This record gives sequence, structure tokens and C-alpha cells, in this order.
Amino acid sequence: MNHLGFKIGKMKIGSFDFTCCEGCQLQLANKESTLPDFLGLLDIRNFREISSERHDDYDIALVEGSITRSDEIERLKAIRAQASVLVAFGSCACFGGVNSLKNRIPAEEIIKGVYGDKAIETMPSTKISDIVAVDFMIPGCPVSKDEVERVVIGIVTRSLDNLPKYPVCVDCKQRLNTCLFDLGEVCLGPITKAGCDAVCPSGRTACLGCRGPADDINFPSFLQVIKEKGLSQDELREKLTFYNGFTDYLNHES
Amino acid sequence: MKVDFNIDIHHLPRVEGHGNIHISVKEGKLTDATWEVIETPRFFEMMLRGVSAERASFLTSRICGICSISHSLASIRALERAMEIEPPKAAKAIRLLAMHGETLQSHALHLFFLAAPDFLDMPSAIPILHSHPEIVKAGLSLKELGNEMSIATTGRATHPVSLVLGGVSKAPSKERLKELKEMIRKRRPALDKATEFFRTLSIPEFVRETEFISLRNGKDYPFIGGDLVSTDGVVRDENDYLQMTNEYLVDFSTSKFTRLSRHSSAAGALARFNNNSRLLGHRAHQIAASFGLEPVCHNPFMNNIAQLVECHHIFENAEMLIESLLDDDLQEIRTSYKPKAGAATGAVEAPRGILYHHIETDDNGKVVKADCIIPTTQNNANIHYDLHALAAEAVKEGKTDRETEKLCVMLVRSYDPCISCSVH
Repeated sequence: MNHLGFKIGKMKIGSFDFTCCEGCQLQLANKESTLPDFLGLLDIRNFREISSERHDDYDIALVEGSITRSDEIERLKAIRAQASVLVAFGSCACFGGVNSLKNRIPAEEIIKGVYGDKAIETMPSTKISDIVAVDFMIPGCPVSKDEVERVVIGIVTRSLDNLPKYPVCVDCKQRLNTCLFDLGEVCLGPITKAGCDAVCPSGRTACLGCRGPADDINFPSFLQVIKEKGLSQDELREKLTFYNGFTDYLNHES
Repeated sequence: MKVDFNIDIHHLPRVEGHGNIHISVKEGKLTDATWEVIETPRFFEMMLRGVSAERASFLTSRICGICSISHSLASIRALERAMEIEPPKAAKAIRLLAMHGETLQSHALHLFFLAAPDFLDMPSAIPILHSHPEIVKAGLSLKELGNEMSIATTGRATHPVSLVLGGVSKAPSKERLKELKEMIRKRRPALDKATEFFRTLSIPEFVRETEFISLRNGKDYPFIGGDLVSTDGVVRDENDYLQMTNEYLVDFSTSKFTRLSRHSSAAGALARFNNNSRLLGHRAHQIAASFGLEPVCHNPFMNNIAQLVECHHIFENAEMLIESLLDDDLQEIRTSYKPKAGAATGAVEAPRGILYHHIETDDNGKVVKADCIIPTTQNNANIHYDLHALAAEAVKEGKTDRETEKLCVMLVRSYDPCISCSVH
């Protein structure tokens, strides 16, 4: 392949999953119309979900899921040691994701609640960057295939672009949606990083912040709006903790 | 000649989630055949505690990246039954269309990308893209259609946006529905091509008598709600799901096992077919007959064909659903409700089989207790016992370790296991 006159070889890529639903990896097989072209850019060396061929000579590692067991730490470190570029993709990998909802309850209690007296190992759900260095993050639950394509092509062509800095509201307004605040709901659109095309508010359900905070958000004023409108603090807390993306802000909550 | 060999497959590829296969043969005799599930548990039932009824389905959809719509609808159905909420008719049709999209997407993914490579002796679908480009393209085109149906009805292909308690938060536009109908019509040739391709494959002949469990309502081929039935003649009310599952723990698996009248039972497309074949659409019926698929079929490899037959049913039924939605003004799509205390089960037919969510709420509609029993959880015991019977048969017939291994991995893949789901 040629790009700006430079010849570009296929990038050796691996895709790996930890504690998760594997929905982000599944997105890689979506956008079927451009899939053969996308695959043409890549030399898939290791992707257990779709291929029984497994090699350990990849340059890019896509990592999905959060870490909840000690064997996962070892596996993740080995992937980090091999990969030149490690991309954490999906809200579980980037923030700990919905898996983190179990962190509120003591481990003994959750194990007993599901497995009774059987010995089961589990640790609090941890994001990838708490264990190894992460070169790039693609948040989302699930990730958008468009964004993954852009990032991977960016790595392949050495022209990596940043994710949007602005919040979901910008995309939502562009789509001419009725604001969910006007319908009496708490929506995290004003504080969440855009790039999802405001898919949730466009379907008339509130943004739950799966992409984490946008850059330079005005959190106190967001809280003020919710207070002024008399919206539920309980609902706000449930939404802010849903994907574990707003932990840095939760203590500021009034 | 008495052979000795071990087969140890760590993290079986081309299935969702993490499972291992161990086979040991000593002096020509099978000494061990184990299906070991080693997936990391996520504890969804515990995460659900304290979550509002409104948000519960947004959490449970994250149990699975492939059948998120089924999980969402199982929770919604459980909560609507617990709080006595009746969704409008149009919302029900939109939900069923969403299920059809998910099932088509999931079956196409399994048939073409996970199962087909075995039949062609390839490691993945990528080399098939070069050897049989038209087949992979047909598979992609069916998968895309399934995703488009889910996007039109729920906002996106994975983790639905607009499936909510009381109905749906947004209906697809009439234009979108018309486009979808046209798309279904245009993709029929792809489905026919896929069907002809599967006709050329040789499906292993293996039979182990099995009890098949699915939903049945007597009126439609089942997807959402109904009686819980088995091919051994068990019939139970939806709320009595625990009598169908009888979960128990085994030391080699982080997934629980289940049983009903026998040591194990099976759920999935073949189970739905075995209990409901007469309710299939006309064309789907013909296709089943042309593959010699008749109830009760006890060959687990035929689950692949049952999935293909269901794709035909979905093509027919989705068109009818779209017609009914085009005749509706789509104004009434969501019933308002007041959260209250209650408990009920929601059972749906996820692509991989019957799925139960049982949810109990308090006066404010917060979840106090939840139980989710996943199709693959119900299949894991059957996979384990099938593996034993299949390996024993292969050894008896003098098959080599490579031949035995191939049959064993094909068997597990035939169940289309969703292992992360089974250890939620």
C-alpha cells in the first residue's frame, strides 16, 4: 500500500481480551462493507476470537477488557513486552468499565453470593493502564468501529490523530435532538468525550458516560444545572459510576 | 495397534470466551475427556444489586457482546412482569425485529467465521476470503443485514440504546423500515448462496440422545416469553425456570452446569427446532426438510443447519413484522409506569438458546436480587458429555489424534458457545 508516496507494509496486529463481553472485538468484524479493505491493511497474527492461527510477533496489540485475576496480569505484561504499540479499547480496558460495579461490594460477599463456598479468585476490576503502559485509548461501550478504523489506520500510516476533546453535546446538537435535560432526565452528554455520534441521546436515552470525561469540562456548573433543575442526585450518581470513567470527579460532587 | 495420545487445547480459538479441551487416550482407551471453562467471572448478579429498574437492562446487555439485545430484553421482560407493565403492540413488534437482527448477525458470524473454516480445513475465514470470496461475501452480507435490523430498531448493533422498560424510547422511521424491507429482499440471493454452500459440506454423523430445552408458546416460533418445555415432555411456567435448570458446581469449570431429566441438556437453534419445527415459516420448513433435519434430531453438529434454517425463518418473519409496523402510526411505543416491588422471570430465546433473567425489586424499583442463567451455561454439561462420547467413538474407530482433535473442536464450535456469557 502507498500513502503520501511512501510504501507501507502490512502491520502485524494482535487482538486480546481480558474480563469483558468481547463486544469491542466483535465491532472489528462489523462495518462489513469496508471489512475486506480494512483487513487488507493488517497482518492478523493473533486474534483468538476469529482465528485458530496464533503467533506472537505482533507490533500492535489491541486490548479489550479489565483485569480481575492474577493470571491476567501476567498475560497482559507479556503482551506489553511484545507490542510496540498497545491500544486499550473499550470502557472496561480504559476505565475498568461496568465490571467495576462489583468493586463496591467486598470480594467474599460477591463470591459467596454467586458461587457459595466454591473457591474462586477475583480482584477488584482494574483498568489496563494501572498494570502496564498504554499508548492509546479508544473508549466506548462498545467502541465505534469507525474510530477503531481511524486509529488503526493512523498507526499504520504514522498519522495518528487525537480523539475529540469536546463533549457529546456538540454531536447531539448537530443531530438536532431534543435535549434530554428538557425531558427531565440526567444526561452525561455535557461532560462526556464525544466521538460516538451521540448515539444514546439520538435514541432518546441518556448518555451514561461510557467514553469518560471530555477535556476541560466544567463539572461544578454541570452539578449546578442538575441542582437547579431539581433532578435526582441518586440518578446522577448511578450514571456517573456506571462505567467507572468519572472517578476523578466523584469526590467533588456536592 | 493400541494408541496413546493427549489432546490439550488451551483457550480454544474461534469461540466467544475462554475454554480448554483435554482428551487422554491410553492403550487405545479413552481415559479423560473434559470441557474446562476457565473464564474470569464478572459477578453481574451482584453488580445488579441496588441498580434502578430503568438502568438494569443497560447493565445486563453488557453480559454479552454478541447477544446484548437478548440480555436487555430478558431483563426488561422480567421487570415488566414484576411491575405489571404492558408494553404497546408496536413496541413488541420492534423488539422482536431487534431479536431477529441479533439472531441473524449471530448465526452468520458463527456459521461463516467460526464454524465454516473447520469444514474447509482453514484456520480462519480470512483465507476463505481468497479461496471462496463469494461465500465470505454472502456471509458478510447476511451479518450486515442482521446488524442493520438491530441498528434500525435499537440504535446500534451491540448494546442497544432504545430498548427501555415499558416499550422502546424511539421507533424506526417509516423510511428506514421501507429501506430495511428492500434490503431483506435484495439479500435473499446471499442467503440462497449460503444455503447451497452448506449443502456441499459434510456434517459429521454423531448421535447422543439428548434432552432439548426451549421456549414454546404454540403460536409463533419462539423468541420472547412462553412456556418452558423439553423434548422429554417437561412443561413449566416461565417463573418456574429453576426447575428447568437445577444449577450445580463442578470443580473444573468456572461456569455452573445444569440438568433436567438427564445428566445434561441442550439449548440453542437445534433445541428450538426440535420443540417448535411446525411453527417455522414455509421456506424455512422446506430448507430443513432438504437437509434431512427432522425433530427430534440428536446430532449436535446439526445445530449449524438449524441456525441456517432459522435465518430463513427470520427473512420471512422480519418482512411480516415490518409490514405490520408500516401499517401502525408508531405513536404509542412506550407505556409509563411507577416503579414498585415485585419479582418475575423473563425468558427469551437468545441466538445460542434459552436465556433466563429473574429479578426482584423493592418499592422504589431498585434491584434487590437477580439471577441470570445463560444458554451456554445450560450447554456446558452437554458439551462435556458429548465430548466424552465423541472421543470414545473416534478412538474405537481407530481415528488418529489429529482426526479426533478436529472432531472435538468442531463439536464444541457446533454449540456456538458464548463462554464469557456463561461465566457472567
